[in-house]
Amino acid sequence: MLFTIASRELRNLFLSPLAWAIMAVLQLILAYLFLTQVDTYMTLQPRLAGVEGAPGVTDIVVAPLLQTVGFLFMLIAPAITMRVFSDEKRNRTLSLLLSAPVSMSDIVLGKFLGVTLFFLLLLIMLAAMPLSLYAGTSLDSGKLAAGLLGLALLLSSFAAIGVFMSSLTEQPVVAAISTFGLLLLLWIIDWSGNSKEQVASLFAYLSLQTHLTSFLKGLFSTTDVAYYLLLTTLFLVLGIRRLDQQRLTG
Amino acid sequence: MDTKILIGVEQLYRYYGHYLAVDGIGFELAQGEVLGFLGPNGAGKSTTMQMITGNLAPSAGRIAIKGIDLLDRPRQAKAEIGYLPEHPPLYPDLTVDEYLSYCARLHRVSPAKRGQAVARALQRCGLGAVGKRLIGNLSKGFQQRVGIAQAILHNPAVVILDEPTVGLDPNQIREIRALIRELGETHGIILSTHILPEVQATCSRVQIIHRGRLVFSESMETLRQRFIGKALTVETARPLDIAVLQQIDGVTAAELLGANRARLHFDAANPADRVAACVASQAWGLVELALDRQTLEQVFVELTCSEETGPTVEAA
Repeated sequence: MLFTIASRELRNLFLSPLAWAIMAVLQLILAYLFLTQVDTYMTLQPRLAGVEGAPGVTDIVVAPLLQTVGFLFMLIAPAITMRVFSDEKRNRTLSLLLSAPVSMSDIVLGKFLGVTLFFLLLLIMLAAMPLSLYAGTSLDSGKLAAGLLGLALLLSSFAAIGVFMSSLTEQPVVAAISTFGLLLLLWIIDWSGNSKEQVASLFAYLSLQTHLTSFLKGLFSTTDVAYYLLLTTLFLVLGIRRLDQQRLTG
Repeated sequence: MDTKILIGVEQLYRYYGHYLAVDGIGFELAQGEVLGFLGPNGAGKSTTMQMITGNLAPSAGRIAIKGIDLLDRPRQAKAEIGYLPEHPPLYPDLTVDEYLSYCARLHRVSPAKRGQAVARALQRCGLGAVGKRLIGNLSKGFQQRVGIAQAILHNPAVVILDEPTVGLDPNQIREIRALIRELGETHGIILSTHILPEVQATCSRVQIIHRGRLVFSESMETLRQRFIGKALTVETARPLDIAVLQQIDGVTAAELLGANRARLHFDAANPADRVAACVASQAWGLVELALDRQTLEQVFVELTCSEETGPTVEAA
């Protein structure tokens, strides 16, 4: 049942031009960044050749690129997730799901899965760029894999947050803006130069970005994995609760 | 043989904040029954239907579908229900075929039977020709029919239709009514509508809800015996004399509705033949002689308009 809803959600995305437009724009921007990054590497390469333990092509080209992918997804994720529930509420189609023999968690998880699959599809397309470097050079596969895994986790938390926000309102735009607001807040939360050590480390822990950075360094730490999984689970549970509670309040 | 009880509703309450929308409604629906839900706007019809289908949670009360408690085992209970809400839940970007096959999947129709179920629903609702078209491009009537197709697709024991004939043309209305009657033979059906003749044409039982309370619940048969056919309307080409009509054997009262029109009340046997004979002997020229069929409307008006100062609907 989960997969029925997920596949419907995924296909729905491709029925509107929005998904295609986002794919095209994202691909274009990242291709440009990728080429600039490769260009930078080409100019740096002769100087780096002599240095012991110098950063390789993975550090100079791939890591910044993936960092940008994460940032760009923060901008586009709200546009994808905004319709998930608010559209259904607005068009009063939610009752189809509510009167079908499916549980609330199936509905929320199905929607989440559909959106996440779309994000992963985008990620795979974007990963083709750094992977193309294999044609001419060798990459640090471990670092690349860690980076992609980190991004996949980041995107699933984006999807969970977006799905929850969409369940709060009938207005897709409101859902998009509040999703974006929350994502941005979680992205920059560690920027505050708080002098207190403990507060600063708490904010750093809460930040979406710091955890991604460690993945991009090739660091696979359970703390980071747990952070994204907790965040995703939290918002999925909130989404299920929200849908349940709506049956009570009407 | 006892008829099978498909829906059992007991003491159903529903508050919206402090507003009491449904106030202790309880009824049963047996297999082979078509239950008509009547009531003025805002009486709580849709709220009741939404609760029975699990779209809204009741504030208090118990709902059992085929003996399965809706609140305890929602998944099993919902599998027995087909629901057409007031606004058909359609995705305008899908074709009719895609939409119905998605609905079949949601209702756990096994893959082997899915194609057959969709084909049968299409055929029953007269949608065969539009299967490949986008729902968003269909007319309101066709969209309504897609909504009905969605409700009967998985062959549920209970079909709940909230104003199913809205936006249909007279031919389609006849077809849908025939479909409802046909479904009513094997399923249990709850039908809400504002159109009183529709209830008379399709339902086997009538319930009137007013201010969240069940104020009337009778079978159509009882209704017919008790209310319908206790009055005759007679119309003539030339002015008639009310005093003469009152003298006819069996007529208890007569009222003039115009120079050429009168209503005759009677208690026991229908005196229509004597009235006709009388009109013929007086040479008034009979234009119309009909049993009064307006009585459900009278019941409705009586029950829903009389108590304007009813008990306040406030939460304790």
